[in-house]
Formats: sequence, structure tokens, C-alpha cells
Amino acid sequence: METSGETLQGWGGTRAAGVEIRSEDLAAITRGAVLTRGLGRSYGDSSLPPPGTHSLPGSALADRILSFDSNSGALRAEAGLSIGEIQRLFLPRKWTFPVLPGTQYVTLGGAVAADIHGKNHHVDGTIGRHVGTLLLRVADDSVVRCSRQENYDLFQATLGGMGLTGHILEVEVALKRIPSPWIWRESERISGIDAFIEALAQASRDWPYTVGWMDALAQGASLGRGILIRGRWAEASEAPKKPPRSRPRLQVPFAFPGWALNSLSMRAFNTLYFHRHPKHPKRGIVHPESFFHPLDVVRRWNLIYGKRGFTQHQCVLPEKDRPGAAKRYLESLTAGGLGSFLCVIKDCGPEGEGLLSFPRSGISIAVDLPIRARTQETVNELNERVLEAGGRIYLAKDSLSTPEHFRAMEHRLEKFEVVRRRWDPERRLKSAQSVRLLGDSA
Amino acid sequence: MRVVALGATRGMGRALSRLMAERGDLLFLLGRDPKELDKASRDLEIRAGSGLRFGSAHCDLEQPDGFAAALDQAAATLGGLDCVIVSAGVFAPQAELEEDPAVARRMLEVNFARTVEFCEHVRRRLLAAGGGRLCVFSSVAGERGRKPVVLYGAAKAGLSCYLEGLDHKFRRLGLVTVCVKPGFVKTGMTAGLEPPPFAGEPKPVARRILRAIDRGTPVVYVPGIWRWIMLVIRHLPRFLMRRLGF
Repeated sequence: METSGETLQGWGGTRAAGVEIRSEDLAAITRGAVLTRGLGRSYGDSSLPPPGTHSLPGSALADRILSFDSNSGALRAEAGLSIGEIQRLFLPRKWTFPVLPGTQYVTLGGAVAADIHGKNHHVDGTIGRHVGTLLLRVADDSVVRCSRQENYDLFQATLGGMGLTGHILEVEVALKRIPSPWIWRESERISGIDAFIEALAQASRDWPYTVGWMDALAQGASLGRGILIRGRWAEASEAPKKPPRSRPRLQVPFAFPGWALNSLSMRAFNTLYFHRHPKHPKRGIVHPESFFHPLDVVRRWNLIYGKRGFTQHQCVLPEKDRPGAAKRYLESLTAGGLGSFLCVIKDCGPEGEGLLSFPRSGISIAVDLPIRARTQETVNELNERVLEAGGRIYLAKDSLSTPEHFRAMEHRLEKFEVVRRRWDPERRLKSAQSVRLLGDSA
Repeated sequence: MRVVALGATRGMGRALSRLMAERGDLLFLLGRDPKELDKASRDLEIRAGSGLRFGSAHCDLEQPDGFAAALDQAAATLGGLDCVIVSAGVFAPQAELEEDPAVARRMLEVNFARTVEFCEHVRRRLLAAGGGRLCVFSSVAGERGRKPVVLYGAAKAGLSCYLEGLDHKFRRLGLVTVCVKPGFVKTGMTAGLEPPPFAGEPKPVARRILRAIDRGTPVVYVPGIWRWIMLVIRHLPRFLMRRLGF
């Protein structure tokens, strides 16, 4: 689903009328604008213009590296530089971006705005923890610096603030030293959801990167079966001598017809995927891209969901406070009958500094849901489970949650709005999502 | 290679200079804005990661008196010249050019007369040194007189013609000329224009241009498909061109 003509789209296919204006001079094009768009990989409407706004500035061409300290790893760059580009340039020099999300096609600005997390959340937190100073164009069009030392309220609100506090122009982030650019990966089959939560907790004690792929269509005793994946950067002695080369890309040629992904084909895929993994654990050296961003190998993979697209529901459930919350969530999902092609589970560490940042300690589950007549109902149902468990949802994925559900989950919203009122009393900065969920006027 | 790049702070020139820096070429940047030049050099140095420093100097296509000094400084810093890339230029929509004679004059001067003048300085230097590569960004707009690019296309047609002449006359003396003809490429220059089908991205386009420079291809269309599109457009009869909107 490429952005074409006069329509802008989220990765899941949510559409809004509008155009994106990209320029190397981000400072110039953000003047007077309501929202900046990065690479458009947020699934829902967070990168879409609010009704009545026709054009949004795009940051992707503003991608200069401004400084790099090869002793400390501190990197300062314009907000349009992508994580993939950073990895391409710095992995061979044995530095890595500290937090790697499921796709590398994320700009620095987008990473900060969504306060992204990765497979190492339980040890390294969100990207916010590794960010130093930010340069922002705020609502009155002035350019402001914010950090832990300066304008801290703005800094905190910007981490996970979905671009609503200002246009992020420059980002400072600390890259991390690694022993080699390769990954030592281990994986094993897990029989069900309870075992999964236990296995994740155990793996997280010894491993910096953990994640699980779950067969969200298996029911009964197999509910929540899947494959647990754990990894770490390989030691120089066990890794290949040469740095990993960029991998060839496949491409989904056109939007699949709506019937291609049905409960049968999704069930078949999930069952196959589960059984393809041997019964005994697998271990070995793998390419960092296949470990961190397996879906990036297929360009435009979102087209498999057809023209109607899909949404992702990602939540975090404080499983310790409410044991069984993850199981009840999965039961609601299978009861909904929509099926999910892809389901990812991960245990999160404690909450970071971002006022609206998504992760908190608990179990995070992400499920892709094709857009059908029942999808809204299913999302409502899942949100009920999240509410009951005292959890929350990830705005970077959302397009269907109701404002009532969102407000009931977000006890921190008032604190965020206080900062927003201070820096943007007229609420000039907004997105399609903030109109939908935060009540901003269109 | 020891490379001088005029216009590497943005767009395709930026993408091309990054590829060259990453593979180990030594660069010297020319441009109008010292702050932008400085940022571009830092960016290239970090991407190259070799610890080499890339210099820069002021050079404005509207100020031809500065051409010789800028090229001298570049050659002195690099210890000679192997390749000169000219991607600087100005663009304005046809309506604006028709409206305002000052804008039209500036566009015609910069994109044709001054660019040629700059290339003449380069030609003398490269020939004196026994040869080298000159890569200049023209445009597919110069292939045919067309309604949306009457003036811009005229300037680029002149430039393409000059570059072809250079290539014919001096290739055997070692001066290799590469004329780049971009179709629509999504850069800051085309921001706000509706991208037509087959619009390109700066990075893959830069890879194609670099290959042309290395091989000494006299004319390169980017993205590649524009070679075939322009083949058709060049052969369209006039009565049809008159009716078409593009």
C-alpha cells in the first residue's frame, strides 16, 4: 500500500486524503505544519493528517548524520535518518542502534515519537532511555532544545507523544558497542500460553533479546503454542569474519484478493510454521536482519491483506497483577473468529520516562487482524480484556480503538495534556489519530 | 578517485556523493551555503568512516568569477582531480517562468550559460592533467519541446547538446563526459509536484549514475525506464505532441 496520488496511508491501509511534501530542509517544511510524517510504518492513523489538513511535511530526505563520537557511540542526526541506514553504516564498525523494532524502516523522529521498543525491552527499555537531546519545532513555530537537563516536561511528553508535542528535527542517540555484527540465536517450541509466559520470564533472565511467535489460531490445550526465540550478539570468535551483507528483497507484486487470507489459509500457515520447527531447540549464528526484522525481507508485505488492509492490536497486560490476563485475551481473540496471521508475544520491563510511552512491565501481545465486518467488534472486545487487566494499547499500531476505551486505559493522559497545553495551548499540532482519540478538533 | 562535487548538499548529488564516500573516494564539495557545505562534509566523513576529512569551498553558479579559484582550491586540497560532478541547478514551474522574466533569465543563465562556463573551466583542467571524468546533470526535459517545460527544457537541451559535443571531441584525449538525464526523481527539488508513474528515489538513481561514471557511459537515463519512455517521446509526431498535455 504505497502512498499514491492524493491519498496517504498507514501501513495497515488506513487512508486519509492528503499529500506528503518531502524536502532535505525539514526545518523549512515543518513551519506552520500540524504533523510530520516519517516512513509511514505506523499501522493506523498516527501518521495521517487530520481532516481538513491537506499536506504534511515528510522527514525522510532530512537524513544527515551531524556528528558521531567513536568513543562513546553518541550519534546526532537529522530526524529523517532511518534505523536501517544506521545499521547498514554502523554494524560493520561494531556499533548497533540500541533498540531495534520489528522493522528497520523507521526514522529517528518516528522512533522517538512512538518511543519504540524491541526484543531487549526487559533489559534496555525503550529508545527514550538512549536518547539525549532533541531539537523540536514546537507549536508556536520556534525551535526548542529539550533533554533531561532542559525543558524536561517537553522531552518526556515527546517520548511516545506521537509527534503531537512538536516536529522532531534532530535526535541524539547513544549507539551500543557489540562484539560482532552477527547474532547467536536459539529457538524452541512452546506448548501453550502458560508455558510461554514462564519460558519468556526464564529466557529474559539470561538473554538480552527475547520474543515469541504464537499460533493465535490454536485452541484448547494448544492455546498460545508457539516458538520462543532468544538471542545475543555473537562473540567475535564464533561469528563469521565478514560483516553481514544486505539481503535480497522479495516483493508482493499487487494487493492480494480479499479471500486469499481466510481462516483456513491462516490456520494452515500457522500450523505449518509451528511444525516446521524441530521438536528439539535450534541454535546457531544468524544474520542480524533476519533476527530483528524478518518481515523486511518481503517488500510491501502489507499487501497480502488485500485492498481492505488490516489493523494490529498490540497491548501490554500486567500479568503479575492479573494472572491469566494473557490467556483471557487470547480466548477473546479466538472466540472472535477473525483469526490472526501473525501474533507476537514479549515480556516487557518497567515503564520508561515517556508520558504516553507504551511499554510497562507485563506481557505484550501483538495480533494482526484483517479488516472485515467483525474487526471493530473484535477490537472492542480485546480492549475490554486490556481494560480488565489494567493494561494499555500501542498507539503506533492503532486505528480502531474508541476514545472511551483509550481514555479509560490511559491514566497518564491528563499529565500529557498538561504539557501539551503549556507548549501548544491552541492545540495546533494534531493528527488523524489525535482527532479520533484525544478529541482534537478537525 | 579524487572527486569535486558541485551541488552535493541535496537531492541526487547528495545520494551520489554518499555512495562515493562510502566506497572510499576522496571528495571536495562546492556550493553556495557554507553551513550546508559543512554539514554535508561532516555527514560524508562519518559515512566514509575512514577518518579522512572532506574539504569544501564556496562556489555559486551565479558568480562565474569564482569558478577558477574554487576549482584551484579543490585541486590543491585533493592533490589533483579525477572526476568532477555538477548536479547543481535551479528549477521553476513553467507558469512561474512565463510570469516573471527575472526568474526565467536566472534559470536560463544558471542551468545553461553558467553551467557550461563552469564545465569549460573543468575541461581545461582535466585535459591539462591528461584526462578525467565530467558528470553533469541535464534532464529528460531537454529531449523534446514540451508544454510543461518549455523554458526549463530549452536550457537543458542546450546543456545536453554541449555535453554531447564535448564527448565527441575530447573523449580520445581522455576527457570522459557523462550526461545524466533524470526523469522524475523524488527530491526536495520536486517536492510538492505530483510524482508521475515511474518516479525514482535518489538512492537507486545514484547507484545507476555511479555505474555510468565508472564505465564512462556518455548518456544515462535515471531511473532506467526513462530511456525507453524518451525513446517513444522523441519519435512522437508533432501533431500529436501539440495535442498532448505533457
